[in-house]
Amino acid sequence: MATVGFRNVRKAFGSVEVLHGVSFDIEEGEFVVLVGPSGCGKSTLLRLLAGLEHISSGDILIGERVVNDMPPKERDIAMVFQNYALYPHLTVGENMGFSLTLANRPKSEIAEKVGPAAEILGLSNLLDRYPRQLSGGQRQRVAMGRAIVRDPQVFLFDEPLSNLDAKLRVSMRAEVKNLHQRLKTTTVYVTHDQIEAMTMADRIVVMQDGIVEQIGAPLELYDSPANLFVAGFIGSPAMNMLSGRIDPDNSSRFISKEGVALPIGRPLVETPKGGAIYGLRPEAMRLGGDVRLKVEVVEPTGSETHVIGRLGGVEVVGVFRDRIEARPGDEIGFSIDTTATHLFDAASGKRVSI
Amino acid sequence: MGKATTSARNGTFLGRLTGSKNGLGLIFMLPAATFLLCFLTYPLGLGVWLGFTDTRIGRAGEFIGLENYIWLLDDPVFRLSVFNTILYTSVASVLKFGLGLWLALLLNEKLPMKSLFRAIILLPWVVPTVLSALAFWWIFDSQFSIISWILMKWGWIDTPINFLGDPTNARAAVIAANVWRGIPFVAISLLAGLQTIPASLNEAAALDGATSWQRFRRITLPLLTPIIAVVMTFSVLFTFTDFQLIYVLTRGGPVNATHLMATLSFQRAIPGGQLGEGAAIAVAMIPFLLAAILFSFFGLQRRKWQQGGAD
Ligand SMILES: Nc1ncnc2c1ncn2[C@@H]1O[C@H](COP(=O)(O)OP(=O)(O)OP(=O)(O)O)[C@@H](O)[C@H]1O
Ligand SMILES: [Mg+2]
Repeated sequence: MATVGFRNVRKAFGSVEVLHGVSFDIEEGEFVVLVGPSGCGKSTLLRLLAGLEHISSGDILIGERVVNDMPPKERDIAMVFQNYALYPHLTVGENMGFSLTLANRPKSEIAEKVGPAAEILGLSNLLDRYPRQLSGGQRQRVAMGRAIVRDPQVFLFDEPLSNLDAKLRVSMRAEVKNLHQRLKTTTVYVTHDQIEAMTMADRIVVMQDGIVEQIGAPLELYDSPANLFVAGFIGSPAMNMLSGRIDPDNSSRFISKEGVALPIGRPLVETPKGGAIYGLRPEAMRLGGDVRLKVEVVEPTGSETHVIGRLGGVEVVGVFRDRIEARPGDEIGFSIDTTATHLFDAASGKRVSI
Repeated sequence: MGKATTSARNGTFLGRLTGSKNGLGLIFMLPAATFLLCFLTYPLGLGVWLGFTDTRIGRAGEFIGLENYIWLLDDPVFRLSVFNTILYTSVASVLKFGLGLWLALLLNEKLPMKSLFRAIILLPWVVPTVLSALAFWWIFDSQFSIISWILMKWGWIDTPINFLGDPTNARAAVIAANVWRGIPFVAISLLAGLQTIPASLNEAAALDGATSWQRFRRITLPLLTPIIAVVMTFSVLFTFTDFQLIYVLTRGGPVNATHLMATLSFQRAIPGGQLGEGAAIAVAMIPFLLAAILFSFFGLQRRKWQQGGAD
């Protein structure tokens, strides 16, 4: 177990810089999830930490040591690759014990370490199989097993669940989290699935285009996103955004471009100079009230009802706990939970504190 | 209705033939099979048959059974040629494998102008054999050899090396020429094989603590074995049946030290006129070649880890 630190880390491939100065720290035993859209540099950051790529400038620390020039094999890091990278010519047992074999450990010791790891992951009766003879979920577990046997300082996961079907993904999600609770190893987990990030992370690092947009606990990001990008990225269905301005006569009221008035809750301390953007979580909408939504699609999911409609011409999604029997074209009235509204400066995209 | 047609077809032999998948396949294969039979098997059969006769150029021979072979068994030149062929094939193949693998590994690294290097590597292979043989003939010339010239300039030797006149030198020289010519095939094929190995396997091994030698020994080499088996089978077959290089460089000399079975067969059959005997020598190569093919057949069988579901 160790802490990890990124200090102004930059990485360029040739003349293209893909990481523009990333800085953050990971505490000992913490489970940190890197999220962001495809191509934002998550894998690159992970590979830099593993030593598979060289950083262009800045420092990476593991424990208290700067590891910029340390080769991967000395970093004591285990990585679970997106494609699992199991050695096809070795059995499950040999795959899991490979690091020990390399270190010329006696067979008995290897068996002693592989056995319990296989037990944890439910692989005990598959130890003699070859990777080709396994299902996707089993392969994923072998890849995790290989990492567990190492008992490394840091675990790295690069989208380990993206090749699995939805159901398996949910159960593997719980398994990974369980594993972390048991082993308490510092973990960096990359995903572009924000639900995975929300459910698994101690802290989430949201990235976009090679920079860190926000770092915080899952609910912190959900409750007070620092900017429009994080606001739109975290939460599902995504936050509704309406552009407009603050009512000059009443600074606790927002008026959208289409002229819809929406409550902000409290009067603003400082009003954005230019336009503003009003962020409305679908979950913050309550049935019954005087804001009119023109219904287009009603999607009952059983436990809740998703309503897609228009709010003064802007498409808005609402999630209601009630069962709604509206037809397309109907209007429903709703109110807004003002403790959960967000306001952003239209020019900078930054959050405006309410 | 479909059922009715099927049973009607089943009535006649032709119907059965066209009705079954295998039968239909047989019919479609027939033209190709006939073609193969005529153009591949006929010359081979004729050669084997000649080996059992005492045919000479200009005179039809008679069947003499195994006489040619019995005679060859006692022929010191033939025995020498068998020894030479085995020596030539094994030394050249080992060298080609070693150097070819080394080159392939180098070319698989990230290096600037990679495609240029890859193109250059192919050169020895695209040059016509006779041309490269002539070039080597000049390189190995007893008076004007560039190697001798350089070594003399450096003061390492006093007189030119007699490359092709001394039996040991001549053997080394023809092997060197063959290796030079054969390396591209081995290197490029192995390079293709190397590129099928996902980079993440090597990265995973590096994280698992493998040194570069361990990565090669435990990841690259085992995953490359299927391709090595194919490539080396072909390489051995080419080398074993080599003719052009030897014929241009030494014609089997000095004192038969570089005579291979192929060159001896040609020499006995065409300049020597003993078609039957030449054919017998050539036929005597077949068991060796079959052994090589069998070896690769077993080497090529899907290993246990290659079996089972897809990736
Ligand atoms: N070896 C490389 N050479 C050049 N550019 C690269 C290389 N590897 C990655 N990049 C670029 O760096 C950027 C970040 O890539 P990276 O793989 O880190 O994205 P990611 O966030 O992991 O995306 P995804 O979610 O799709 O995996 C991309 O624009 C990619 O094109
Ligand atoms: Mg990635």
